[in-house]
Amino acid sequence: MSKILARTVLAAALVGAAVSAFALDISGAGATFPYPVYSKWADTYKKETGNGLNYQSIGSGGGIKQIIANTVTFGATDAPLKPEDLEKNGLVQWPQVMGGIVPVINLDGVAAGDLVIDGPSLAKIFLGDIKTWNDPVLVKLNPSVKLPDSPIAVVHRSDGSGTSFNFTDYLSKVSADWKSKVGSASAVEWPLGLGAKGNEGVANTVANTKGAIGYVEYAYAKQNKMNFAKMVNHDGKTVAPETKSFQAAAANADWAHAPGYYQILTDQKGAASWPITAATFILVHKQPKDVAATSEALKFFSWAFKNGAKDAEALDYIPMPDNVVGMIKKTWAQEITSADGKVVFDGK
Amino acid sequence: MVDASMGSKASVAAHGRVRDRVLRRFELGDSAFRILTQACAIAVLLLLSGVIVSLAYGSAPALSKFGFGFLTSQAWNPVTENFGALPAIYGTLVTSLIALLIAMPIGLGIAVFLTELCPHSLRRPIGVAVELLAGIPSIIYGIWGMFVLAPFLQATVQPALIGAFAGVPYLSNVFAGPPYGIGIATAGIILSIMILPLIASISRDVFNTVPAVLKEAAFGIGCTRWEVMRRIVAPYTGVGLVGGVMLALGRALGETMAVTFVIGNAHKISPSILGPGTTISATIANEFTEADGKLYTSSLVSLGLVLFVITFIVLAFARLLLMRIEQQGAR
Repeated sequence: MSKILARTVLAAALVGAAVSAFALDISGAGATFPYPVYSKWADTYKKETGNGLNYQSIGSGGGIKQIIANTVTFGATDAPLKPEDLEKNGLVQWPQVMGGIVPVINLDGVAAGDLVIDGPSLAKIFLGDIKTWNDPVLVKLNPSVKLPDSPIAVVHRSDGSGTSFNFTDYLSKVSADWKSKVGSASAVEWPLGLGAKGNEGVANTVANTKGAIGYVEYAYAKQNKMNFAKMVNHDGKTVAPETKSFQAAAANADWAHAPGYYQILTDQKGAASWPITAATFILVHKQPKDVAATSEALKFFSWAFKNGAKDAEALDYIPMPDNVVGMIKKTWAQEITSADGKVVFDGK
Repeated sequence: MVDASMGSKASVAAHGRVRDRVLRRFELGDSAFRILTQACAIAVLLLLSGVIVSLAYGSAPALSKFGFGFLTSQAWNPVTENFGALPAIYGTLVTSLIALLIAMPIGLGIAVFLTELCPHSLRRPIGVAVELLAGIPSIIYGIWGMFVLAPFLQATVQPALIGAFAGVPYLSNVFAGPPYGIGIATAGIILSIMILPLIASISRDVFNTVPAVLKEAAFGIGCTRWEVMRRIVAPYTGVGLVGGVMLALGRALGETMAVTFVIGNAHKISPSILGPGTTISATIANEFTEADGKLYTSSLVSLGLVLFVITFIVLAFARLLLMRIEQQGAR
């Protein structure tokens, strides 16, 4: 009996060893915002190359901590690190994929896309200066919509998040009041409202609370068929949240003149730009300890730039434009080297 | 053992050797078992002290920065790194209090009915139902609270409460609008459902300890059921009931997921119990993953330490009361 058991254990161990020796898994951790697309990419990549990717969506803050502590091959964050922080920790950063953040509402008699809202009044709602749906400011923006005399229930993220970072960054850009009273960060001191955990938490709370307004990543709003609002952008034009308007905002971003790709895509100029567009970033060490693993990771991201567009678009993310991908590959070749100065990944 | 080994000297030598060997093996097994179980017991103590040490170590940066003010400050601002525990402590205590206010009378009612009034055929199904209620994972309560209870409260109960107390001084603040559906009151209601089975089953067990002869004697001299409950059962079991309630309170204080779903997670002390708030465990669950900066993480660990202390006090108090009733029972 015990002999059989021992043999089984031995066989299992051998099989396990064989499998782990065969596939070299890349490990990464960080932002939850791009998790759906990263895991989809990893799935397709594994099918094509046999190499796996282990991505833990522990949040942007966690991703930054893990890559600095060198426990993962790459970190992922929605809030880009400032150039001086990159320098201090010896990290390289680049944007990998983009997405949109949309205001979602729950208002009887108002259909998806009926409601139009601009940045300053969105800030006023989240500050508590606008308390009811039939406030004159909102009525003026929506002359054709019948707005009820009901209180607004503000819903925000209760956990720290890259989605909140980009949303509060946008409010800080369009409202001096918001900037001085609250500011922008992945978690802030919300003046009022209900907190909910994760994009799905905000989506559910808005869906279950009459008169609610919140903000979620576009994919969540679309997949749950949520009632979203249109927004007035930087140029004063009303735009709907869709791939086209996110791409317009992305195209306007000036990546070439942003050191360390430190660029936040909210409130971009351009008539068709969606005002709350966000990029999500990858971090690796300039001189990685495990050169082979980093090389594998860069190979994966290079593959994703080249072949991942279809997967990304299916999940309502926006792939990086070709000229930006070219810049990023140049950065890799120039900055990521092994200890003896050799280029880790040659871009092929 | 000693007797046995002395006896072996008197017996035949060969036989004695075998006997000695067997006895020694027994002795070895005994002491091995004792050491093993002792190690298990010590492991618990080590774990507990490990938790205390790491909580204290982790909370040191925040507590040394904010000092005692950490317990009394209402600020919770990750941008300026200014943190205070008061809203979380307030939310934790108030939701637990609401839960007790609702669950205690209902739980006692269930226990009285099950032990004194219930027909035998019903006793088992109701008892099992109460225990099943205790077995439901807390996340289920959270989801139910968010999808079913909160919209129901927002549409019906909360507007009615706000309307009913509109003109009443003081109470109009406690029940002030707008009705969000989720908030401190909803969290309290969910918690009350979660601790109800605990209170009901402990009270039932405690009521069962009352000697039948006492109750029979009371009925014999013509007491009504109410008088028996009030004059005989209640005084006999009083301290044990309080102990059970304290254990339920311990559970309510630490409950995390269900509360996180329905409390609204706002770091504010709202005068209205219909407004959103937060609890210590909900704050930690929400914010730990993305807490960047040493002070932020440390403040969350400090919250954990505060909860540890609160729960410890409650449980120690409960133990004390239970010990007292055991002594009474022995007398």
